[in-house]
Amino acid sequence: MSLPAGIPDLLRERFPGAVEGSTEFRGDLTVQIRRADIVAVCTFLKSDPVLSFEMLIDLCGVDMYRPAGRFEVVYNLYSLRNKAYLRLKVTAEADDPVVDSVTGVWAGANWHERETFDMFGIRFRGHPDLRRLYMPEEFEHYPLRKDFPLMGIPDSLPLPRK
Amino acid sequence: MGIGNLHQDGYLTTRLDEVINWARKNSLWPMPMGISCCAIEMMATASPRFDISRFGSEVMRFTPRQCDVMIVAGTVTYKMAKVVRKIYDQMPEPKWVISMGACASSGGMFRSYPVVQGIDQFMPVDVFVAGCPPRPENLLHALIALQEKVSKDRTIGTLLQREPIVIPDGTRAERAGA
Repeated sequence: MSLPAGIPDLLRERFPGAVEGSTEFRGDLTVQIRRADIVAVCTFLKSDPVLSFEMLIDLCGVDMYRPAGRFEVVYNLYSLRNKAYLRLKVTAEADDPVVDSVTGVWAGANWHERETFDMFGIRFRGHPDLRRLYMPEEFEHYPLRKDFPLMGIPDSLPLPRK
Repeated sequence: MGIGNLHQDGYLTTRLDEVINWARKNSLWPMPMGISCCAIEMMATASPRFDISRFGSEVMRFTPRQCDVMIVAGTVTYKMAKVVRKIYDQMPEPKWVISMGACASSGGMFRSYPVVQGIDQFMPVDVFVAGCPPRPENLLHALIALQEKVSKDRTIGTLLQREPIVIPDGTRAERAGA
């Protein structure tokens, strides 16, 4: 795999303060991005002719269940030109988890963000149609949060009467 | 039915219940509610090898208006339960339900928040079939058990009082309460 070298440094140079850290594990590069800069960084990574991360492989949420920065949103990008993967992460707080939507960058993020909203309650600012994807629309909980019981909350999902 | 008179005098005597039940039980048209992998076994049941038409049930109709028995073949989520129930409600009486497989009968391996732990929570069930998925023979056994049940119905006056039959993951039927 040939990864464009120095992506974290490039981003640090171009977006001062946006890179909160980066790790590499067995050739997989992960860059932690400041929440406010995620759309700008994504726009740059996609539109830059050398990097050209034109494909959003996946976007998902993680509940880290920790006091600060409880939620993570993970963006897996792929550059067809460089045959390279890149992972971005932003954090969101427990009391008001809001992250800017990247649907304006990759239209395919639409349903991924809806799924993340459905499962974790992370709201994506600027999303064109932020409705639940799997669960019924009247459902009030977020099932993939760590504090959600496996068997659900009794009577939160109504059944037809027998 | 005494059939002897038919040859000699051209008539026979029987109970009306017997005639109606005989007609009903030998043409139970299924509503194939195939919502996951059990549906594949249900399709195999309809194939020439297992040949559900031997029992008069080959006419799978994809409209509930023309069906007698709903075969719920698969995992029913809470979101899908409303749909299953609505289709069931659209079937004309008399109607029966076969709960095919572990998922429909008990939630199966999906012991988690979105899956209904048994469809008998929101609709009446006549036959439960065990298996994950059940063999086509087991579904046929369920159909035969249902036919026996239909043949004992009181067709005139009261609607049937339903007691579910449980088909274990073998070949013998057990009557609930027997």
